[in-house]
Amino acid sequence: MEHVLKQDTHVAHHFSDAEQQRDSAKLGMWIFLITEVLLFSGLFTAYAVYRAWHPETFINAHKFLNVGLGTLNTVVLITSSVTIALGIRSIQVNRRKQAIGLFIATLVLAAAFLVVKYFEYSHKTHLGQLPGKYYTFTGIEGTDPQVFFSVYFLLTGLHGLHIVFGMAAITWILIRTINNEFSPEYFTPAENVGLYWHLVDLIWIFLFPLLYLIG
Amino acid sequence: MTQAISDSVSYLDEPKGIKSWLFTLDHKRIGILYMWSIMVFFFIGGMMALIVRTELLAPEQILVSADAYNQLFTLHGAIMIFLFIIPGIPAILGNYVLPLMIGAKDVAFPRLNLASWYVYIIGSLFAIYSLFSGAVDTGWTFYTPYSTQTSTSVTAMTLGAFILGFSSIFTGINFIVTIHKLRAPGMTWFKMPLFVWASYATAVIQVLATPVLGITLLLLIFERVFGIGIFDPALGGDPVLYQHFFWFYSHPAVYIMILPGMGIISEVITVFSRKKIFGYTAIAYSSLGIALVSFLVWGHHMFTSGQSELAAMIFSFLTFLVGIPSGIKMFNWVATMYKGSISFESPMLYTLSFLFLFAIGGFTGIMLGALSLDVHLHDTYFVVAHFHYVMMGGTVMAFLAGVHYWWPKIWGRMYNEKLARISAALLFIGFNMTFFTQFILGTKGMPRRYYSYLDQYQPLHAFSSYGSFIIGIAFFIMGYYLIHAIFKGQRVGKNPWGALTLEWTTTSPPPPHNFEQTPVVTDGPYDYDRIMIVGDERVYKDGPEEGKEIAKEVDSESKK
Repeated sequence: MEHVLKQDTHVAHHFSDAEQQRDSAKLGMWIFLITEVLLFSGLFTAYAVYRAWHPETFINAHKFLNVGLGTLNTVVLITSSVTIALGIRSIQVNRRKQAIGLFIATLVLAAAFLVVKYFEYSHKTHLGQLPGKYYTFTGIEGTDPQVFFSVYFLLTGLHGLHIVFGMAAITWILIRTINNEFSPEYFTPAENVGLYWHLVDLIWIFLFPLLYLIG
Repeated sequence: MTQAISDSVSYLDEPKGIKSWLFTLDHKRIGILYMWSIMVFFFIGGMMALIVRTELLAPEQILVSADAYNQLFTLHGAIMIFLFIIPGIPAILGNYVLPLMIGAKDVAFPRLNLASWYVYIIGSLFAIYSLFSGAVDTGWTFYTPYSTQTSTSVTAMTLGAFILGFSSIFTGINFIVTIHKLRAPGMTWFKMPLFVWASYATAVIQVLATPVLGITLLLLIFERVFGIGIFDPALGGDPVLYQHFFWFYSHPAVYIMILPGMGIISEVITVFSRKKIFGYTAIAYSSLGIALVSFLVWGHHMFTSGQSELAAMIFSFLTFLVGIPSGIKMFNWVATMYKGSISFESPMLYTLSFLFLFAIGGFTGIMLGALSLDVHLHDTYFVVAHFHYVMMGGTVMAFLAGVHYWWPKIWGRMYNEKLARISAALLFIGFNMTFFTQFILGTKGMPRRYYSYLDQYQPLHAFSSYGSFIIGIAFFIMGYYLIHAIFKGQRVGKNPWGALTLEWTTTSPPPPHNFEQTPVVTDGPYDYDRIMIVGDERVYKDGPEEGKEIAKEVDSESKK
């Protein structure tokens, strides 16, 4: 009985039961994820157009990206996807402390991704491999090498921003887990944040080969 | 009309206080918040149009300088598009009636709904800031490279439009989930009112297209602020790519504007013809059809931008396809009226205006979709007239039909019908004077967006401007009687029009949670062939006892 009461307190007045509320939240989240994909689609289109126009430049320019650091970040993000998924499972099987640990691990991995990204960015800033009119580097052969770095910074920058948003969201579900607001019956917000985090991970899995592993 | 006024508390009265409005989660109140804010911008955008038309009375300066003129037509376009017509029907009327129509207590995510209004306000503040910090003179399309070079306040305006996009997405997500998950028991997909179908199709476009506008405007801002060069040929970028991105959103956006309007027409035409709608399924699917095709036609805005001939031909062909679902709707509406028992109250007058004007707008759209003709008419007043026939003759007329139709539900009071008919007539006359003239101007070669023009165009320009003044007068009359009705209008019962959809089964204005009990749906939304509304209550013509009652009713009706 205690169970049922606790569950019902989470059902807003306009839903008839917890299941309807959960289904709605998940459907809403999936639609939101579609909008995210479309947001990135514009940049992927720009990538396709400019790579088709300057194939040589893209191959020459991509050699200045650090494949080692890119690989490291790929591993870091995939691992963080595993930890958050396990964290949500821990809530489902009622192991709160384990969930807390796993969410913290996810946050640490996300931060590690940003740190690596920071080193990559500062190296490029140092060399003058910056987008558009700030591009001063001279060591790349081919037409309009600055276009590659415009696309690179836009894609990774927007993705990085999503990592930051994701960290905020994970912090939010972490706090709610600490406050014991989730239970095996109610954990929709954690599940939705997990979905979002997997998408952020997935976008990186497309970015990595498109930018770092050309040709 | 005065019977059955409920004593139950309405959403307007309880809870009280300004705070209860600003933090409300009630979809009805959020609809009203949207209404007041959107009407402010409709007024501003409308005044700008009147200044533009006044300036065009003669080729030389009358009111404003050429630079101010460029800013005014840009702002008229940007405000009307982003702040009025895109959010207009979904955020005001959709928010208000959609949950009522499907028998829900609210939308799926009330907090997201309120957030969308605040996001709208924040976006509009950026637009206002832009207005006072140099405005914009690029045209509402913000085409590069000019938009990246002009010294006017393009960044603030595009940032505003970017933020407004989120508001639109929030509304879209809310509607899709609400329609999927919150329908009342018995409300199957094919028992949904057609306004709900149209809102669903609209929401799909909002969700799928708006993010692309988001990234486009973001790129434009980066171009201006950081010189990222993605649209700048000097830095290896491509300004035509901007046009592709922009129209990939902005063409579907045209259907964000018109589809919910078509939904309103389906409601009103049935109620005021007292006849079951003709071709329900066809109308429902044609909404989805329009939504689908809308994503495949953006290139018809770029016939003269240097895209390949093959691409232009394909886009031209696909553009013709839009005529099919639109035609399906038109024919079904007309067929609905056939042998109906038509009455000409003001919502129906606006609907008939819509049918007439949208037909012209639609046909001229097909003309412009034809390559050879478009090259000739591109960027002339013919195009201006075409999209005003679709947007104002179509969407705005439908919006007004909806406003007049649901006004008694929203406020529980009726407006002055006589004034409403006068303003509908004035609007129809003024609109055709203004914009039909522009078709002629366009075919004679008058280019759009010009401050000055050859003397030979002057009489037509003047005639068009006089028409716009009549439109202005019509709107002032409308503003007067609608606001008057809120405070002094005659009270109405649940169902003043005798409609069969669910929003008319609750009190006017409705209680905070919409229905006393969750409705159980057994009838279709337009079953006039077997149901009749007598004094707010449903009478079944085929019911054993009710049938007799109906017979009596019809008898006494015919004796009158």
